[in-house]
Amino acid sequence: MPVISYIEALTQALDEEMSRDENVFIMGEDVGMRGGVFQATKGLYEKYGENRVIDTPLAESAIAGVGIGAAMYGMRPVAEMQFSDFMLPAANQIISEAAKMRYRSNNDWSVPMTIRAPFGGGVHGGLYHSQSMEAIFANVPGLKIVIPSTPYDVKGLLKASIRSNDPVLFFEHKRAYRLIKGEVPNHDYVLPLGKADVKRKGTDVTVITYGLMVHFALQAAEKLADEGISVHILDLRTVYPLDKEAIIEAASKTGKILLLTEDTKEGSIMSEVAAIIAENCLFDLDAPIKRLGAPDAPAMPYAGPLEQAFMVKPEQVENELRNLAEF
Amino acid sequence: MIKDKSETTIETNRHQELGLTDQDVLDIYLNMLKARRVDERLWLLNRAGKIPFVVSGQGQEAAQVGAAFALNRDKDYVAPYYRDYGFVLAWGMTIKELMLNNFAKAEDPNSAGRQMPGHFSSKKLRILSHSSPVTTQNPHAVGIALAAKLKGDDIVSFVTFGEGSSNQGDFHEAANFAAVQKLPVVFMCENNHYAISVSLKHQLACEKISDRAIGYGMPGKTFDGNDPLAAYAAVKEASDRAHRGEGPTLLEANCYRLMPHTSDDNDMTYRTKKEVDEAKKNDGVLTFANYLRAVGVLTEDREKKMEEQVRKEIDEATDYAEKAPFDDADTVLRYVYEEEN
Repeated sequence: MPVISYIEALTQALDEEMSRDENVFIMGEDVGMRGGVFQATKGLYEKYGENRVIDTPLAESAIAGVGIGAAMYGMRPVAEMQFSDFMLPAANQIISEAAKMRYRSNNDWSVPMTIRAPFGGGVHGGLYHSQSMEAIFANVPGLKIVIPSTPYDVKGLLKASIRSNDPVLFFEHKRAYRLIKGEVPNHDYVLPLGKADVKRKGTDVTVITYGLMVHFALQAAEKLADEGISVHILDLRTVYPLDKEAIIEAASKTGKILLLTEDTKEGSIMSEVAAIIAENCLFDLDAPIKRLGAPDAPAMPYAGPLEQAFMVKPEQVENELRNLAEF
Repeated sequence: MIKDKSETTIETNRHQELGLTDQDVLDIYLNMLKARRVDERLWLLNRAGKIPFVVSGQGQEAAQVGAAFALNRDKDYVAPYYRDYGFVLAWGMTIKELMLNNFAKAEDPNSAGRQMPGHFSSKKLRILSHSSPVTTQNPHAVGIALAAKLKGDDIVSFVTFGEGSSNQGDFHEAANFAAVQKLPVVFMCENNHYAISVSLKHQLACEKISDRAIGYGMPGKTFDGNDPLAAYAAVKEASDRAHRGEGPTLLEANCYRLMPHTSDDNDMTYRTKKEVDEAKKNDGVLTFANYLRAVGVLTEDREKKMEEQVRKEIDEATDYAEKAPFDDADTVLRYVYEEEN
């Protein structure tokens, strides 16, 4: 099976979906001739032309809003927000419009649109090119929020998102784009939205996480295995709505749980995961539920040492897991 | 206007010049009348405690109905806003459906009681669903036009909004996007001079809303919003332009909001009765009836019959909607996402 990067898996999924369904088209800033500032849409403009890979004016609300209109006409727009930090001007279109369209029209209209956006830190992106935006949208019924961690998941989940008849926010970790490589089949496959995935089986401690942090957890688990600590890792993959069943199962399995996110901690996705565990698994717990996330400061600073101080580090994950195992 | 020998004014037949038949203008008037009488009934129902809320379109019917008649009512897509009772009636929605909407009953085709009244929607009629945060429908209308262009469909996408809305970012972003892509969109601002209590001069500093068009590289035109024929002519021209692939147009219907913003508003806290009375003299429903009488199209007998027909339809619709059931409480969880089967 070919080994490709996270971002190559993304481009492959887009390419295959565009060739499979003529209603799929891409719109966003710099997605055309430039191929996207991260090159996620590389080669697609040349292959599908300017009508299907549309360079839009620099206006995020229009990117979302025009996408909604096109979706209502029967198209399947894949809109790119250049950085998730820049999607807040589109928040009204996403929250008030896309998310509520089916509900408010009593199932008459729908918005089969995917909004892709790179998120996450560790790339010297400063305050506004590093943020995790998922929690802002994770209280909005009608939306689905997908965050893949591996190239295999990227391809299968992006295809599923594009084929979904409801709006999907698809957050891609920008540091994972070229850092993370993995096996991806050349053939067509989809992975289910709303389903978490066990990335490592273990018996002593459970980590529930998503995005780049899955790899931090895998790395830590590898080290701890040498010390005789067995770590179970659940990758949420869809962070809204959450896969409650999988969360309860993973938490109950070891009774010691680390909830890991690179987002600022209070009000994060992990706060909700903690609540689900608290409501359902109290008598299976052998230690207090532990959350590890970024500090509750506005966003990741630009200067190297400050960025390091803000970002969750692999050693912290390792330490927290060791502490839990020894609890 | 021409004068006859006795120096009395005789109305020029303007509608024939526009290619409209006598029957067309009677239909236009009938729809304006329906919208007005429905609106008046809604206020009565609200004051009688039968419905919780009214958002009114009185004073804007002429522009709305004239516009609808200028479009292709079998093909075009429209994104009307919450005062567009006249527009949606002319577009094919029935009085019964509007009453079901206002009583928020299960059979309401707009949202089955999910949304507040006047938030129109019908996929069958190609009316886009819209929300209460204003102007969000403008980018949607542009998206419709973009999709139609990608699919090679020859349609026009028509969207309305108020003058207050023309300050929103979505107004600007949508207009710019449509112009850059040369999309077949007709933007029609219904300038009713008030954004709730804030008057026009506190909303924008340019003389006309249509002055904003030049900034997007599209034509802009202001017309008399009390005259359905002016609306017809302006929307027809913009629509023809869109069909020719020449891109969007920004139109401004100069209207006046005759009623308070909604049934929860008291407009006498920010404008005078004198001002409203003055505006009523130009009320399109009255002035268009005068025109139709002057050109001999609307006879006393026909007018009486129209009023009776509309009244009967509203009575029946009100009765039906009042008795119709609300949607079941357990449907509150339906259609958050696509349901299987």
